[in-house]
Amino acid sequence: MSARSSLWNTAKKCVTIGLIGVTVKDRYVSIAAVRGGSMSPSLNPVTDEVSGSRVSTFDDYVLVEKFCLGRYRFSHGDVVIFTSPTNHKERHIKRIIGLPGDWVGISHIDDVMRVPEGHCWVEGDNLLSSLDSRSLGPIPLGLIRGRVTHVVWPPSRIGRVKREIRQPTVPSY
Amino acid sequence: MALRNIGLWAVEGFELAFSLAKFCCCIHVTGSYVMFPALAMGPSMLPTIDLNGNVIIVERASVWLQKVSRGDMVVLTSPEDPNKQVIKRIVGMEGESVTYLIKPGESDECQTIVVPKGRVWVQGDNIHDSRDSRVFGAIPYGLVHGKLFWRVWPASRFGSMCNV
Repeated sequence: MSARSSLWNTAKKCVTIGLIGVTVKDRYVSIAAVRGGSMSPSLNPVTDEVSGSRVSTFDDYVLVEKFCLGRYRFSHGDVVIFTSPTNHKERHIKRIIGLPGDWVGISHIDDVMRVPEGHCWVEGDNLLSSLDSRSLGPIPLGLIRGRVTHVVWPPSRIGRVKREIRQPTVPSY
Repeated sequence: MALRNIGLWAVEGFELAFSLAKFCCCIHVTGSYVMFPALAMGPSMLPTIDLNGNVIIVERASVWLQKVSRGDMVVLTSPEDPNKQVIKRIVGMEGESVTYLIKPGESDECQTIVVPKGRVWVQGDNIHDSRDSRVFGAIPYGLVHGKLFWRVWPASRFGSMCNV
């Protein structure tokens, strides 16, 4: 009888912890793994700038805060995580370059376009290997799932993710 | 004695706060993974949803199991304003072709498009007064939140919304 009640208590505790965990993950903070080198050198740096050797063989894990989703207020240079517009199971991490109303340049066809209302223009830091707004087009703000603030793993790379304001690649006339 | 009382109150207060937090977590998890109520109003879905406002239960499972299909009514985040949620009907899933009137009521000019990968084409039932995919194009599937499931208000139209 007591074994049964202790089992019941354990189950209750697990459910409570699960509920709280899921709520915190959805509304406040979560951890995400970074795959690929599209945000190098800010995340997953491929090579060291000085020695040229590969820095780490492990993927970076980052802290994602979700408070920004309350009103969808973002600023230029924020690193965000968003659901891919072509495959809803994939998440991408990129940097916001343009917000609604900005003009951004599309380098490969030498054109400028205005970011539509409710959208943003995202690009990876490593422009050479990044699938971003240059091929996907502007991303609806509603697809953004959080803002990347810190690297939390590996220990040698713990630190803030800097907000870098990069000028959009507007072609010169 | 007084100290012990304060201690008891503190414990009681903490327990109350904790159960309140648990309750809020339950509401959040139910709302984001099972179902949530929505108040629907506006002209874009006439005559299925009338102007005065309907209370509708929206279920989430269909969306993450990818069981939504052509003809279902869904709640989605407007691509033009992330703080706004709208109700529309899915007219085409990815890879399907959709034919729509460019200016309904003015001309019979049609356009046919194929919905790109990972996107859905949504339209209001009232094509004369609806801002939908005809204005902003096919929307990413990630913006779809749930499928309309059951109408609970007004009581005269109480019932399933799946095949309306």
